[in-house]
Formats: sequence, structure tokens, C-alpha cells
Amino acid sequence: MISIEALLSDYTLQIVTLGSAMLGVVSGVLGSFAVLRKQSLLGDAVSHAALPGIVFVFLLTGIKQTEMLLLGALISGLLGTLIIISIDRYTRIKFDSALGLILSSFFGLGLVLLTYIQKIPNANQAGLESFIFGQASTLLKRDVYIMIALGTIILLIVGLLWKELKIFSFDPEFAQSLGFPDKKINIILSSITVVAIIIGLQSVGVILMSALLIAPGVAARQWTDQLSVMVILAATFGLMAGVLGTVLSSLVENMPTGPAIVIVISLIVFLSLFLATKRGLLWRHLQMRKNSRAINEERVLTALYQLALNHDDIYHAHQTAMLNPGEAITRKADKNIVNSLHALRAKGYVRSDYFDTWAITDAGIEQVSRIMVENGGEEL
Amino acid sequence: MNPQLEIIITAVIVSSACALLGVFLVLRKMAMMTDAIAHTILLGIVLVFFITESLTSPFLIIGAAAMGVLTVYLTELLQRTKLMAEDSSIGLVFPLLFSIAIILITRYAGNVHLDVDAVLLGELAFVPFDRFIVLGRDLGARAIYIMGAILLLDLFFVTLFYKELKLVTFDRALASILGFSPLLIHYALMGLVSITAVGAFEAVGSILVIAFMIGPPISAYLLTDKLSNMLFFSLLIGIINTLIGYQISVYFDVSIAGSIATMIGITFLFIFIFAPQRGMVTMIYTRRIQQLDYAVKSLLFHLYNHEGTAQEKEESKRDSLHEHLHWEDRFLEKILKKVIREQYVVVKQGYLKLTPGGREYLIKD
Repeated sequence: MISIEALLSDYTLQIVTLGSAMLGVVSGVLGSFAVLRKQSLLGDAVSHAALPGIVFVFLLTGIKQTEMLLLGALISGLLGTLIIISIDRYTRIKFDSALGLILSSFFGLGLVLLTYIQKIPNANQAGLESFIFGQASTLLKRDVYIMIALGTIILLIVGLLWKELKIFSFDPEFAQSLGFPDKKINIILSSITVVAIIIGLQSVGVILMSALLIAPGVAARQWTDQLSVMVILAATFGLMAGVLGTVLSSLVENMPTGPAIVIVISLIVFLSLFLATKRGLLWRHLQMRKNSRAINEERVLTALYQLALNHDDIYHAHQTAMLNPGEAITRKADKNIVNSLHALRAKGYVRSDYFDTWAITDAGIEQVSRIMVENGGEEL
Repeated sequence: MNPQLEIIITAVIVSSACALLGVFLVLRKMAMMTDAIAHTILLGIVLVFFITESLTSPFLIIGAAAMGVLTVYLTELLQRTKLMAEDSSIGLVFPLLFSIAIILITRYAGNVHLDVDAVLLGELAFVPFDRFIVLGRDLGARAIYIMGAILLLDLFFVTLFYKELKLVTFDRALASILGFSPLLIHYALMGLVSITAVGAFEAVGSILVIAFMIGPPISAYLLTDKLSNMLFFSLLIGIINTLIGYQISVYFDVSIAGSIATMIGITFLFIFIFAPQRGMVTMIYTRRIQQLDYAVKSLLFHLYNHEGTAQEKEESKRDSLHEHLHWEDRFLEKILKKVIREQYVVVKQGYLKLTPGGREYLIKD
């Protein structure tokens, strides 16, 4: 285990962390749109579809220069995306089927080219595969500069097209009817997403890139209903995952960076799913309990009132067993009634006496009247 | 048996098994679930490998298939929270399980032979090296027997439950009402998909399995509207592509599975563009005609609605027409030319006027 100080001064780690952080931000921002447009698996498809481009460029030039390989990846990634979009547009085939086919047949073509190169004598193709499966620790300073430059351009484009992207993510038909060029925006958004995926390939690899594109968006979506907040949150989550994952992988021996980043971002997603306000599972559970308590109280109070109507004395007290007519008295139902009664007593709507019998109060009668009006009945 | 023949037989069996189940995956809109399963079975393999320390044990298939079903279950669990769309839930589950597998491999399996690339990529050319030997007699490549058994299982399932599969695929609600359990059929299908994917990954790798499972069915989907035809076409396309792909790979001496997957992709693209009713060319042509016709009618209706009203002059002025219809100038010119040529409209002193012919055309349908 390396000490934190040593970590902070580790030059390679700084470079890798910077790269992962940038990647996290960019994929968080673009992922938000992909998630909203239900195209989140595009990342998976594009990153696989990049392989033939990478190998083809290498086949033509014979050198392993990052810029050239990225360009190849970009071209074949874009080509794959265009085919997917046209399949979706012109046939009844579903988007995900189109993704699956392009993903694997492009990958197949990549393998064909790769095995073809291996037969050429003197070809130094070793490492091309790891280009696509990702190896963050091999990131060079120059690679990170490229990532930062491209990332900044992507963020600028998103900023400039903010209004268009927003309307297009939520209501493309409406956008089209207003005269927004939907085809162009679709292609621009897909293209910058492809660029982001391609720069991510090198550090986290094919499979993990798809997680990085989806998870921050999904996590951010739970906390807000506003696009701007969602995008900023997603960028933050992406950044956190990038940095924490990289640090984690250098602290723990034998911990690959890509998977570490995925574990961190998955944790963020699960925490968000449970804890998020309004949408989160925990919040929803508590809200449901609150609602069912309120309903129980209303029911008990109304039942008490109706029982009381049978007596000359409206304040006649009743036993709890009387309050649940028509339902079997299970231990749980009984407990619910007692709980409701205690809550009602605290509000002053009922009172109890020494014999554990319960009677409605004036405030309670008023409350019943209010409940009846709310439910469309007449005032008492 | 000679090695070439063994490879071809294995490839045909793999592609038939995949093309068969793929039809139901595509129709049930679960194509990308194949992708997820293909990746997560790695975790199943790793876990079973840690327990049995062998890469040939039959538990490997069971473990991997169980992981496939678990993947489907987890994905649906996430979806049921209604907090995310289906594609996002798939994209969250499989990278996580896959990452766990990778971490386990790098940390604990460093000194044993469990090559991630081999699982992801696979190699048909190695099929003949792994023999099926019973009592000292060589009965042929082991993959043929394993995949053959899986294909038989798939065929058995599809024939026996054809009616149920059909009903559950096209009308889930009706299936429930009639007393078939959609859930049972669903998980049985996903279990088989996992088993088939595990059986196939050794030969073609986990990524190309997706092409084998999705390509032939979606190609067939563009050619027919009938389930039985779709199954037939899918099998046919799968087998033909396998045979052609194999020949090409032998000629250029390249990856066999890769070459077959490429052929599957090319065949699909060809069908996608040229399919008689559902191809892109036909679609573009029909849509263009519909678009023009709709635009002509919109223009005529616009004039018709304002006929005799106070705004008639303003609304039928040729120069300001594009503002009322929200059309681009070029498009407007094109439509104007068309309506004037068809004599639905005449232009008088810069104003458009419906002709009796135009009115009749509008009311006609």
C-alpha cells in the first residue's frame, strides 16, 4: 500500500486521474442526454464499432499513433451510428436490435482485419487490442491533452446548443413542428457522443465506457427534474467516479482502473436510487407509510363517529374491537387501529378512558365533517 | 472427420441455435439483453472456475447460465422501480457484473489460465483440438457434441412450446388470461439463451454471439410478417452466412467467426436497403410520396378554410404563404409547382385561388 503523500506526488497517477476526471465530466454530460433519449446503450455499440476503424488505420499507415487511431475509431464509430440511426428511422426494427447487430458485426470485421494484420510479416500490431479494451495506466501526457482538448470542445458545443438539445431530448416531435432541424441535431449529438466514447476507450475500455455513459445520468436523474441540474450533477458524479476509481486502483494492488471506476459509479447509482428525495426508494417507502397512516387514521375516526351515531350520547366510548367491522381481527390490524387511535388522541380528536375504550371529541366530529366534505360528501 | 468439416459443422450448429432463439429475442425487444448476458456469463464462468478449478466442467455451463438468468432478473428488478428506462437498467447491470469478473480475474486468477480475450473473442479454428473421447475412442470435436445437444434442446423447446411462445411474444396479456405463465416462458427462454451463449462463446466469443443471435432474425423480420416464415428465413440466412463467411475466412486466412459476423452484417445491410416492402429504398420512396401528398392537401385545406373569410386575402397571398404554413421557401415552391401543374390552384395577381378541380380533390377522400 502506498501512502497518500506519495500518491499525490505521483506524476503518472496525476496524469491518469486528470484524464479520468475529464472523461467522467464529459460522459456525465452527454450521458444525461443519452439516458433521457433512451439511447444509453449507444455507448456500448459505438465503442465496439470502433475496432475496425482502429485496425484499418493501422493497416494503412503502419504506425500506432494515438491521433490517427482515434481518427479511425471515430470514423467507424460514426459510420456505425449513422447506420443504426437509419435502421431505426426507416424500418420497424427496434433501436436496440440495430445496436446489437452493428456492435457485433463491426466488431467481427475488426477481428477479421486484426487477424489479417497478424499474418503480415514485421507488423507490430501488438497492443491494438488493448487500445480498445482500455488500459488507463498506459495513458501518456499527450493522450490526456487530447482528451482535455476534445472534452472542452464537446462541452462548448453542448453549451451552444443547449436549447436545441433540451427540447430535442424531451419532445422531438414538438421540436420538429417548431422547425428545429431534428436530423441535424440528432447527428450532432450522436457525433459528439461518439467522440466522447472514443476518447474514453483508451482509458477504460469498451465495456466500461458504456457504464460511464449511463450511470452518472441515471444517478443524477433521481435527484432532480430539471435538465440543467441533472447535467451538472451527472458531470459531478462522473468526475467523482473518475477520480475515486483511479485513486482506488492505485491504492489497492492488482486493481484495474476501468473496473474500479465502474464499481464507484455503480455505488453512486445505487445510493441515489435509495436515498434520492422524492424519487428514491427509501423516500417513496416513507411517503407510502405516511399516506397509509393518514388513511388509517381517517378510517378509524370515521368508524368511531359512525358507531357513536347509534347512541343517544354521541360521546359514547367503544372498545377497539368494535372499530374494525367486516375485517378479521388480526394482530396486525389491531395494532394498526391502536396506533391510529393514539395518533388521533395526540391530535385531540378522540379520548380514551381507564377501561381502554375510546370516544370521539368535538374536534374529532369537526374533523370527520371535513373529511366527508373532502371526499365529496355533505357537511354534517 | 477432417478438421475443416468439424469447424463448418460446429459453426452451422452454433449459428442455427442462435438464429432460432434470436427470433424471439428480437420480437420481444430484448436484443440488447443478449449483449448483457454475453458479458455477464464471464462472471459465472469465473465463479465456477474458482470453485471447481477447471475450465471443462459441466458446472461451467450451469453456472454461466445461472448468471445469465440472474442478469435478466437484476435488470428487471431495476426496471420495476420505474426509476429508469429499460436500456439504462441493462447498461447498469452488465458493466458492473463484468467489472467484478475482471477484478476477480486480475486479483486471484493471475497465475492460472483464464484468458479474458479468449472468452471475449473465441476461436472457431481451435474447435478440432478439443476432442470428445469416450473409452479411448475419438468421436470427433467436443464442441460439436456440446453445441449439438444445446441446439437439440433449443429446437425441442421451440417446437414443444411454439404456441405458448407465440402467444406470450405477441399478446402477453391474453397469454396471462388464458392461463399461460408469461414469466415462466420468459425465464425458460432467457435460461436457454444463456446456455446457448455459453456454449457458443468458446467457438465464436461472447461479442460475436450477438451478431449470430440478432442479425439473421432482424434480416428475416424485414422479409416476412409471419412467425413461422421468420424462423425459417432466420435459420436459412444464418446457415448461408456461416458457409459463405467460412469460405472467405479460409481464403484470406482470417478469423472465422469474425468473417461470419461480418457476412451477417453485410447481408442485413443488403436486405435493409433493398427489401421489397420494408427496405430503406421502398420506405424513402413511399414516405416522399406521402409527404408530398400531405403537403398538397395541407395547402389546399389552408386555402379552402379561408375561402370567403375576412382574412382570405392575407392568408392566400403567395409571398406570405410560407409564414402561414411554416414551410421553407424551397419546399413551398415545389408544392406550388405541383398544385399549379395539377390545376388544383390558380395564381391571380399574387393571390392563390382554389379551382373546382382542387376542391374536388380535397373532398374526394
